[in-house]
Amino acid sequence: MNIAGKEQIIDIEKVRRDFPILFSKVHGKPLVYLDNAATTQKPNAVLDMQNVYYREQNANIHRGVHHLSETATFEYEKARGKIKNFINAADAKEVIFTAGTTAGINLVASSFGKTFLNPGDEVIISAMEHHSNIVPWQMICEERGGTLRVIPMSDEGELLLDEFEKLLTPKTKIVSVVYVSNSLGTINPVKKIIDRAHQNGSKVLIDGAQAVAHMKVDVRELDCDFFAFSGHKIFGPTGIGVLYGKAALLDAMKPYQGGGDMIRSVTFEKTTFNDLPYKFEAGTPNIVGGIGLGAAIDYVNTIGIDAIAEYEEELLMYGTEVLQQVKGLRLIGTAKKKASVLSFVLDNAHPHDIGTILDREGIAIRTGHHCTQPVMQRFGIPATARASLSFYNTSEELDALVRGIEKVKEIFG
Amino acid sequence: MSEANELYQQLILEHNKTPRNFKKLEHFTHDADGYNPLCGDHYHVWLKLDGDTITDIGFQGSGCAISKSSASMMTSAVKGGSISAAKELFEKFHSVIMTKIGETIPEEKIEELGSLGSLAGVREFPARIKCASLAWHALNAALTNSKKDISTETETT
Repeated sequence: MNIAGKEQIIDIEKVRRDFPILFSKVHGKPLVYLDNAATTQKPNAVLDMQNVYYREQNANIHRGVHHLSETATFEYEKARGKIKNFINAADAKEVIFTAGTTAGINLVASSFGKTFLNPGDEVIISAMEHHSNIVPWQMICEERGGTLRVIPMSDEGELLLDEFEKLLTPKTKIVSVVYVSNSLGTINPVKKIIDRAHQNGSKVLIDGAQAVAHMKVDVRELDCDFFAFSGHKIFGPTGIGVLYGKAALLDAMKPYQGGGDMIRSVTFEKTTFNDLPYKFEAGTPNIVGGIGLGAAIDYVNTIGIDAIAEYEEELLMYGTEVLQQVKGLRLIGTAKKKASVLSFVLDNAHPHDIGTILDREGIAIRTGHHCTQPVMQRFGIPATARASLSFYNTSEELDALVRGIEKVKEIFG
Repeated sequence: MSEANELYQQLILEHNKTPRNFKKLEHFTHDADGYNPLCGDHYHVWLKLDGDTITDIGFQGSGCAISKSSASMMTSAVKGGSISAAKELFEKFHSVIMTKIGETIPEEKIEELGSLGSLAGVREFPARIKCASLAWHALNAALTNSKKDISTETETT
């Protein structure tokens, strides 16, 4: 299949030049970076913005009256505004900066849990959650006397919505599900899940870590109560992420961490808390991370998230086709609607061995359980090899992946 | 930089395909688990000791070709020998696979490892050294009769 026509949706030569690392060599071979679900590469726009910040604007924010502090505060809050627009939140105060998706989910599990979860209440997650959307809920359920329920999935890696219906009861306080599975690539019907949960009177958190870089996300259209994602999976720096939450709900929740910036007044007798979003942002934040994420979002906007989604869908289709032609290869995760991820196992070769051999060919993929051990157990496999795509990848790189897999087969027979 | 096919020597591939002593012992005196939480590789090692002698050994579990072949060769090498010989072999094996890239390993150090010498190339692949030592840590835990399961993240490689 030729997707040359599709490559014109995105000027692939031009966008690749925006990412200096894509021109590096690994073990003497041109880098083929197919580990975008783990982290994405950073464009010059993000690298330059961080450099400018530290060289010309560095100061603490929300504290100083001096020029640099005002500049840094302005740039940081401007980034919050860009994120608000990008996900279409109603207000910038609903955009809370976190360290990443994991931190965002932990914030909700802890604060929502301590405010609303009572003994006997239930939390629903799904069978394809990342450990970061399992463990925080187990911890708060244990602390508050709640119970965790799990939506099962089919052999294709699609959630069984009929089973979800059966799990919804008056005891269901919150449903926390992944938008796009990091180990299977499944795009879950989150709009349906949100609507059904709301009819039941339950709140919903969407783990959007693998979604934001691949498709348009509109939190008001989804009507989710919370949406968490990481900056580094959308071409921004590591150590920064976003938790979106509806203002009324965030207002009603207890604070998460205490410290500077999150208070209005402190005496030894009593502390009153700051307004949103600062109530949930204790301590000096990752200022350069926030500004870098703002630059990443500007960059994505110049390409267009719809163009990215369209291009990647063609690329994923091409990758699925060429991998399916490899004898002895089995794709794990064959849902009808998928994004970015090609997880597979190979007869006779363990994923780690595949990963090592591909690495020597310059090809970077992820191997292992992908922090989704229950998914591996569901499919009865210890691990998978996972290629995950971004809009700077090409069909030629997928051809290189197939050649690399053929080399694995030469060695392992 | 070494090529992948230099790592995957025929002997390694052969042990991976048909691992020796790949069985649970019906009657054993010692056993332990070896687990790498980062990658999911997981083996269980069973031992039958008679005094100071390892009269039988078996292992089961799943993992990559490096971890499985290392476990297979290990069981073949220590079966019938003494505990101290097994420990000595582990130390020799460990020192070979931990040799820094670029440093020369004397030929006789590899030769005295027997078939395990085929795994010497793993030192060129730092991310895979834990694979080669996983079953050994489980053996060590079983020998010291440690009740605790062994994780590569609590042990040094």
